[in-house]
Order: sequence, then structure tokens, then C-alpha cells
Amino acid sequence: MPRPLTIATPGDRQIVVTRQFDAPRDLVFLCYSRPELLRRWYGMPEWTTFVCDIDFRVGGKWRIGQRSPDGYELASQGLYTAIVPPERIEQTEYYDDDWTRGGTTNVLTLTEQNGVTTATMTITYTSPEARAAAAASPMAEGMEIGFTRLDAVLAEEQPH
Amino acid sequence: MTPSDQLDATFIALADPTRRAILARLMEGEASVNELAAPFDISQPAVSKHIKILERAGLVTRSASGTRRPVKIEAAPMKQAVDWLEKYRQFWEASYGRLDALLAELQTPVNTDKSRKKKDKPNA
Repeated sequence: MPRPLTIATPGDRQIVVTRQFDAPRDLVFLCYSRPELLRRWYGMPEWTTFVCDIDFRVGGKWRIGQRSPDGYELASQGLYTAIVPPERIEQTEYYDDDWTRGGTTNVLTLTEQNGVTTATMTITYTSPEARAAAAASPMAEGMEIGFTRLDAVLAEEQPH
Repeated sequence: MTPSDQLDATFIALADPTRRAILARLMEGEASVNELAAPFDISQPAVSKHIKILERAGLVTRSASGTRRPVKIEAAPMKQAVDWLEKYRQFWEASYGRLDALLAELQTPVNTDKSRKKKDKPNA
């Protein structure tokens, strides 16, 4: 069963995305740390991953690039700044087109309880203005915008 | 304004609950400043100030003629903001939906010989 994803905006520079998985955290950690696994799930629906280079060690570089069906390319890269298997990954992220204005610091924490892993991704922007460009769902929910296309995507993505 | 500046202005304008309520009202149709101020427990000049911020962000316009000068919502910048948000959530929902499927596959005994030995059962 899909679990509800939550997006929160604590403080004035952060976005926190939280989700639970029916899997032990060492497996979830593996899916974040091996490029051959990461490229199978991370990214926009229906986009293809044309680069997924991961040097998974502290100080190592990573770069992920995706291409939309109509040819638009979106790529970001950064450094791993801290790795604590299987509970924590810290990395910097800079988009090629710099829409985040100086990049973000992304901290993933994984906690496990009764075989269920909670993944908490905290994205910290350099300024409130940078986050304003990304500040997200509370506004959308307040305006009762329906994410109808998303339902279709999730239905397709479920294992049969 | 660049598209990114426009998005910033839109989100900053939308950060305030009174301005969101004003926009929600305007989605039903144009209204005068007095009509917009009526449901709120704040002064008419305060509502005017909120409308100016929405105007600067391009989210609303006021007609130049007539004494009523009704305020009207502008669809295009709103659509841009909503589209952006939808993509953001869609990105994570869809990514994590695929991660669910991948985790299920990695935990299925018939598939474990491909990439990874299955660990001891958690319910042991």
C-alpha cells in the first residue's frame, strides 16, 4: 500500500519530505547509495536518467541528469558531506540552471521500527527567498488543488 | 521579471493566509475592495495593502475605470505556481512509488539471487 507522503516547511529555509517504506532501513539505504538501484526509482515520472554517477564516500561527487519526453534536460550535482550507514546521508546539491540560488544541503535520515523505515529528507536552502521558490504544498492544499495526474502515475507504478 | 522571479513573487504573495483567502474569493468572480474586506476582521486599508502585494506579483489586476474598480484574478501566474508545486510533489510521490516497487522486488525471495542475498526474516 502507498503511504502518505508529507511535505512540511519548518523555519524559513527548509523543506522536509517524509515517507515510510515497508522494508528494513539497510535495504532503503542501499537503494540511495548504489547508482544501479538509485537510477531505477529516483526522478520525474516518464523521464529517462541519462547520467547517474555516484562516488559514494565522504567528499565523493555525485551527478544525476534526467531528460523529459520532449527533450528538456534537468541535472544536478554535489558532494557527499557525511555518510553514516544505514541511518544518515548528507549531501550538497546544485542544479545546473541554479534555480535554488546557491544550492541546497540535503540530509536524509532513516529510522526503522517493526520492519518499517521512515525516510526524512530535510532540504535546507541558502535563503528564505530561495525556499519561497520551492515552498510548497500547504498553499496548494489550502487552495484544494487536485493532483489528479498523480493518482494515475501512482496506479501505474504499483507492483502487480 | 524572469520566470523564476515571477515564481518567487507568486510564492511570497501566497505565503499570507489573508491573501490566500482573498484569492479564493476572487476565484468565484471579481469584487470591489470593500466587498473583499467584508469577511475579514481587518481594516479596509489593510486589505488594500494585501491587494497591492497581489497586484505587484501579477496575481490580480484592478480595472482603471469606474469608482468601484473591481479586482480580478489573473490565471497565468497562478497556474505557473500551481504547476510548479504539482511537479515537486509529483517528483517525490512518483520516485517513492517506484522505490516501494524496488524494495518489494529486493525482498522477494525468487529475485534475491540476482543482486543480493536475502537477510534473515525480520519476524524470526
